[in-house]
Amino acid sequence: MKQTSTLGDNLNNLGISRRAFVKFCAATGSMMALPPMLWPQLVQALENARRPSVIWLSFQECTGCSESLTRSHSPTVEGLIFDSISLDYHHTLQAASGAAAEAARLQAMEENFGKYLVVVDGSIPLGNSGFSTIAGISNLDMLMETVKGAAAVISIGTCASFGGIAHASPNPTGAVGVMELVKDKPIINVSGCPPIPMVITGVLSHYLAFNSLPDLDHLHRPKAFYGHSIHDRCYRRSYYDKGQFAESFDDEGAKKGWCLYKLGCKGPTTYNACATLKWNQGVSFPIESGHPCLGCSEPDFWDKGSFYAAQSTTQWGTGETLATAAVAGVAVGTANAIIARRRKKQAQQKEPES
Amino acid sequence: MTLLDFARGPGFEWALILMVFGICWRMVGLFLLSRRLDLSKPRTKSLFRAGMLTIATRSLPPHEFEKKIRFQHFSGYAWHIGFFVTILFYGPHIAFFKDLLGFGWPSLPTPVITIIAAITLAILLALVVRRIFHPVLRVISGADDYISVFVTVIPIVTGLMAYAHMAFRYETLLALHILSIELVMIWFPLGKLMHALLVFPSRYQMGTKYQRRGVRA
Repeated sequence: MKQTSTLGDNLNNLGISRRAFVKFCAATGSMMALPPMLWPQLVQALENARRPSVIWLSFQECTGCSESLTRSHSPTVEGLIFDSISLDYHHTLQAASGAAAEAARLQAMEENFGKYLVVVDGSIPLGNSGFSTIAGISNLDMLMETVKGAAAVISIGTCASFGGIAHASPNPTGAVGVMELVKDKPIINVSGCPPIPMVITGVLSHYLAFNSLPDLDHLHRPKAFYGHSIHDRCYRRSYYDKGQFAESFDDEGAKKGWCLYKLGCKGPTTYNACATLKWNQGVSFPIESGHPCLGCSEPDFWDKGSFYAAQSTTQWGTGETLATAAVAGVAVGTANAIIARRRKKQAQQKEPES
Repeated sequence: MTLLDFARGPGFEWALILMVFGICWRMVGLFLLSRRLDLSKPRTKSLFRAGMLTIATRSLPPHEFEKKIRFQHFSGYAWHIGFFVTILFYGPHIAFFKDLLGFGWPSLPTPVITIIAAITLAILLALVVRRIFHPVLRVISGADDYISVFVTVIPIVTGLMAYAHMAFRYETLLALHILSIELVMIWFPLGKLMHALLVFPSRYQMGTKYQRRGVRA
């Protein structure tokens, strides 16, 4: 779809009041840690923003990311903003299928060359082009073809960002994230399994308003949402500081809401906004529901040992390995002692008799 | 593989292998050393008692030098106690031991551990400064002494930094903390940290040897 109507026009047509829109802009500006002096600019820019064409590519994924984004909110201003992008291609949501769907993608690419956004969920298999195809096109070929004219690429979810679960050892399909394949386009990773809906609307709002990407961390994630660890913003942090830990899922500590560190919480090493934005319209997040953070927004989270092992635990190796080390030590120690005794004996024999 | 993955995984496994190998090597090497047979008649029959008594008496400052070595003696006790309280009673450390032993024990409040660790660090640093500036200690100190102190200080420093989220991200600080412990494990059998295992056997041996000749150890 060509970029014609502005976002302000679109919201007007949908009956959204200016007051509600300004409130949304203030909330978004606050969420993105923008200084208040930039909020009027955000309002004006969003009002006049053209609806960007978005091509959504789904590769090796479970549709959880799309589910998260489309179902977690009842229609809200954020939801309408999301509706107000021109979503020209999305397997799950579009009515067209087969050749017509692919034609829509090609048309959107042609009409908006250099301006459209590519959103990717799911990892890309490199092992065999036949592992995952769409309309007979391999995921890799479709990605590389589509990103050619893209203004930016947004990787939704940990699979698209870092390879995710498909990338987990032994990685049978050779799955990788977008970042490993696309080097010449701006990339934003919105990691999480699934990611928080507000984060994607926040990133889109920022792009619509300022025509640029927000500040990103070393993993290309927006700092506004991934700048702090879950642990730093966790409401249970005070229990960690006091040394009050739940030892099991049903002990007194768990009932009192104490820190879940000993139950394997990955909050200290996981960067995401779950503890502040939460899920289901701000109702809760995993730790608030009594389960330790799995660290799903971090690379290789599936391969970092048990979800229920505290982060201060380590790999001890096998008993056989340690026994071998002990036997080797005893052997070397014995050999040393024998050599020392021989040397001593030789030295005594050389000593002149007094 | 991240630095933390390495520290928690292969880094720790190799450090443990090297420590076990090194301890077995040194202990067997020491116990199998040739010793001259003492053919004299023992002055006492209770050599075992004498050995055990020496372990106890050597744990107190000798009366003759009590005034001169009081600071060194009791500050040594203080930092060893602080060190072990920090290791054994901090919540995340207990999780580490529970993973190995299959059982845990109650932890102390984290602020208490933090204060103890900070005091322990301060005492240890004071002892290092004293070692450097004391004319006698300086002469009898070698590289082994300083390396042993260094590898002992680093885990306390990195542990406090990890707790306070100081300077780096938590995962980096946790990785550095675990790596510093691995350094202790590797150095343990190579230097004077072995006193942790040798202190009582050597006192016992000295006590029995002296007592056999009728000398108070």
